[in-house]
Amino acid sequence: MRRLAPMLLAALAVMVAACEKKTQPAPSGEGGTQAAQGQGAAPGGAPADANTILLGQVGSLTGGQATFGISTRNGIELALKEANAAGGVKGKKLSIRVYDNQSKPEEAAQAATRLITQDKVALILGDVASSNSLAMAEKAQAAGVPMITPSSTNPTVTEKGDYIFRVCFIDPFQGFVMAKFARENLKLNTVAVLQDNKSAYSIGLADVFRRKFTEMGGKVTAVESYSQGDTDYRAQLTAIRKSQPEGIYVPGYYSEVGIIARQAREVGLKVPLMGGDGWDSEKLFELGGSAIEGSYFSNHYSPDNPDPRVQKFIADYKAAYGAVPDALAALGYDSARVAVGALERAKDLSGPSVRDAIAQTKDFPGVAGTVTLDAQRNAVKSAVVLKVEDGKTQYVTTINP
Amino acid sequence: MAQLLQHLINGLAAGTIYALVALGYTMVYGVLKLINFAHGDVMMVGVYMGYATAFALGRDMRSSLLGVAVVFAVAMLGCALLGFFIERFAYRPLREKPRLTALITAIGISFALSYGFQLDIGFLPGAAPRAFPEVIEPVEWLVIGDRDVVVWNWQVISFGIAVALMVGLQYLVFRTRFGQAMRAVSWDHRVAALMGIPTDRVIALTFMLSSALAAGAGLLYAIKDTSVSPLMGLYVGLKAFVAAVIGGIGHVQGAVVGGLVLGLVEEFVVGYAASTWRDAVAFGFLILVLLVKPGGLFGRVAAEKV
Repeated sequence: MRRLAPMLLAALAVMVAACEKKTQPAPSGEGGTQAAQGQGAAPGGAPADANTILLGQVGSLTGGQATFGISTRNGIELALKEANAAGGVKGKKLSIRVYDNQSKPEEAAQAATRLITQDKVALILGDVASSNSLAMAEKAQAAGVPMITPSSTNPTVTEKGDYIFRVCFIDPFQGFVMAKFARENLKLNTVAVLQDNKSAYSIGLADVFRRKFTEMGGKVTAVESYSQGDTDYRAQLTAIRKSQPEGIYVPGYYSEVGIIARQAREVGLKVPLMGGDGWDSEKLFELGGSAIEGSYFSNHYSPDNPDPRVQKFIADYKAAYGAVPDALAALGYDSARVAVGALERAKDLSGPSVRDAIAQTKDFPGVAGTVTLDAQRNAVKSAVVLKVEDGKTQYVTTINP
Repeated sequence: MAQLLQHLINGLAAGTIYALVALGYTMVYGVLKLINFAHGDVMMVGVYMGYATAFALGRDMRSSLLGVAVVFAVAMLGCALLGFFIERFAYRPLREKPRLTALITAIGISFALSYGFQLDIGFLPGAAPRAFPEVIEPVEWLVIGDRDVVVWNWQVISFGIAVALMVGLQYLVFRTRFGQAMRAVSWDHRVAALMGIPTDRVIALTFMLSSALAAGAGLLYAIKDTSVSPLMGLYVGLKAFVAAVIGGIGHVQGAVVGGLVLGLVEEFVVGYAASTWRDAVAFGFLILVLLVKPGGLFGRVAAEKV
């Protein structure tokens, strides 16, 4: 009997090791070719062989924002699969190594360092959450490795330096979009704000929203805050209720927003909630239930868009992953395609030439809008406003910059 | 004034749950001098058991009285079993080893559970938080003024269940033969063994009991916050541990008082200051208590060689 215990522990250790492998160093194979799979299993991250171009992704595959990272990974995978089917880049196949950052900035920084120093990737994609991208951008900029974030909207991310790009719009724009929508479309006069004080993204959206909404003649009745990972928001919501707003701006992530919606209804707040692209996840409807119905959020793309390019992407994505792609999958897909386009145009695969090629991206037909990068390396594009209805999103309007 | 009353009610609702989880820490510490850092994660596993049971029962069944009883029973029995296995295979083999070894193992088990449950294979639930089904259909029981103070049925029920569990535990520890055996083992397990007390069995039962309590508390927590996630155990577990230390770890009443105090302190900080201050104030309060009364509010200071 005494021997049983160590055996069990050993089994547990093996199990844990196995899951590590699943979520961490294993690259998600491109197109499922044998070469890439075999290379992926190599310990310690051997550098890419001469016939493949290795890209890196850092994403939140576990932790509070897990669906973000997984959707992004799927989108990137799909784009690379297509690029490889079309013959790859410069006669070479593309392969990607994916690391999990557990939704934590410090893990993201480590993973980025690993991609740069050990795996020697040509380019880094990631992450969704701005706090994580900021941590990664520092490393990428210092090492001179280009990085494209698919969906980090905080302005400071690309301010880290000339190697950092994004294929989405920035927070001030999202705050502006919602302020405009609340004032002009919903005709609200008073709004309360509930922001996540641990997230640069949430604070960024909330600040611009407040400024714009007041500029447009509205009144912000209360500003309350919570911290990522909280699960009880009743104290803040009670205070908001006392200020009697006609709407509440909650620019947080779906994992918290769903619960906030339930508790808002519970403390007697019946007014619509509004938010940003951090809401975009199937999980929002499960967590929010009927409480989230009738709420609005700004987003990068709507699956209702009839554009054949978008519909083809949705069909391909459905076939591969059995779900309708959210905006993060679409932006992941776009970021990988912008990367592929740049690698094709680049003179060679060195950091500076790839950087210059990305910077020249103009009128790139992405599924989440046309990508043109401005001098600050940000994409300039319009945003859509979606309404939650019957457990799914409904396209309401498009708001241009 | 009305707001104060509302915060008081909310704080008590949160505090009783901390208290229940803290009781688990205190019992195991009392008997084994082991801080069972996996306790919060056992609680999380219990919540997922309740989650699965509630779904299996279906919408109508789970909000009936019988349904609620079944959800609690399955989760608590399931966790008791988990507690038994953890004690049997992770802690018992290390019982005569230095105490630090068991502590490290406890942290290992804690991480194995909380990260294992983030995998998305087979029956494992995946990393994203989930909505906990409405086991108790929320109804407003008492509304004062223009919703200035609202008391919900789940707050009262959860308070009632928590108090019943605490009273039951108090009775068990101080009025039954098993409780007497527990206290004897806690005093000195070698001497207790010499007196004919089956120490292994008493310790195993203590673990099962504390794990079942954790599952019950976890369900109340999930009902309160309407969500469940694999990392909830780390968070609630740490808070309950703080509550146990504030009250004086190893002390049953201390755990209850510590839990209530912590729940109220947190609620008032969030209500009157900002939520970002909450953890800082909670842990600051812990440091303050330890500075003024190193054994906790109810504990005695015993010189111990570490």
